[in-house]
Amino acid sequence: MQSLTFNQKLGRFILNWILLMLVWLMFTSTLFWQEVLVGAVVSMLLSLASIRIFTCCDFSILRPDRIFWMIWYFFVFIKALVVANFDVARRVISPSLPINPGIVKFKTKLKTNYSKMVLANSITLTPGTLSVDVVGDTFYIHWIDVETTDPEEAFKIIAEPFEKILLKIF
Amino acid sequence: MTYIIYYAFILMALGMIFSAIRFVKGPTAADRTVALDTLTTIGVAALVLLGYMFKRFIYVDVALVYAVLGFIGVIVIARYLEGAL
Amino acid sequence: MSIMDIIGGILLIIGSTFLFLGGLGIFRMPDVFNRLQAGTKATTLGGMSLVLGVGFLQPDWIWKSLIIIIFIAYSNPISSHALARATYRRGHYPYIKSEDKENMDAYQEVVPHTKEKEDKA
Repeated sequence: MQSLTFNQKLGRFILNWILLMLVWLMFTSTLFWQEVLVGAVVSMLLSLASIRIFTCCDFSILRPDRIFWMIWYFFVFIKALVVANFDVARRVISPSLPINPGIVKFKTKLKTNYSKMVLANSITLTPGTLSVDVVGDTFYIHWIDVETTDPEEAFKIIAEPFEKILLKIF
Repeated sequence: MTYIIYYAFILMALGMIFSAIRFVKGPTAADRTVALDTLTTIGVAALVLLGYMFKRFIYVDVALVYAVLGFIGVIVIARYLEGAL
Repeated sequence: MSIMDIIGGILLIIGSTFLFLGGLGIFRMPDVFNRLQAGTKATTLGGMSLVLGVGFLQPDWIWKSLIIIIFIAYSNPISSHALARATYRRGHYPYIKSEDKENMDAYQEVVPHTKEKEDKA
């Protein structure tokens, strides 16, 4: 875990507070002032308690180019999710079960824990792959239809489109 | 619209029946937990749709709480199976 | 029938179909890892689009539907990852179809194979 300066901690705290406040407003869906006050107090306490654990980044995440890449990542992810579902549907419905499962590994260039978490979750929801474990910077991926066991090739097929964008965000 | 809701409920019921068969039959504890996870997600969706059908907003809250509790339950069972609990 | 009702109905049909396919995949696949593959992907998209469809049909509920959607999209991959890891470490190794059984399982360099456990639980 990297050590943080005071300014970074403050930025993370305020960003986390704003996010939790937004979730609270969505949850209650009212702007009655007592509700908003309770939400502000509770989300401040929660974000104070979780500065080290759950926060990902401070205000530098809100640069315009990063926000653009985040939205782009969202669309790439939705497209992969839909493709993955039709892939699963095809495999489940066809009577002969066309699968050839196995576990492959590859290395990633991502540094922070949070970005590795995002990449692992995205890999789980994309066609035919399921992340089993992350050890350091090595990902172990269960692949329902193994095309190659070579780490470089597997990285190109499974993770490259996501990692390219994640390196620009984080 | 009524027919679409009936269609959705019939398909969800079939999905729940298949996962329930796996839940009863599944050879290992991990199989049962996978089936439980799927049952939870289908149940959340079914609760939200029931809330729309009866026009009761409270069902959506119930679905949210059920989703959170199901997630925590699956995580706890997974940690227990791993031997880390 | 407004345009919102039509979009909502289509999302309901898509969502329930994928939820059904998720249940069918759980039933048909040969081992835990493949069941997780089918179950996680299909129920995530199915649940998300069904709840979003209800949000379209009943526009007052859209915020709480969005919270449920975000929660499903976050929690489903995490729970499937935890289950896959726990299953492997417990001693149930993936079903491998091809001849080359050694190379197809890269994870055994982290968790060496021992004798497969019999699990009656």
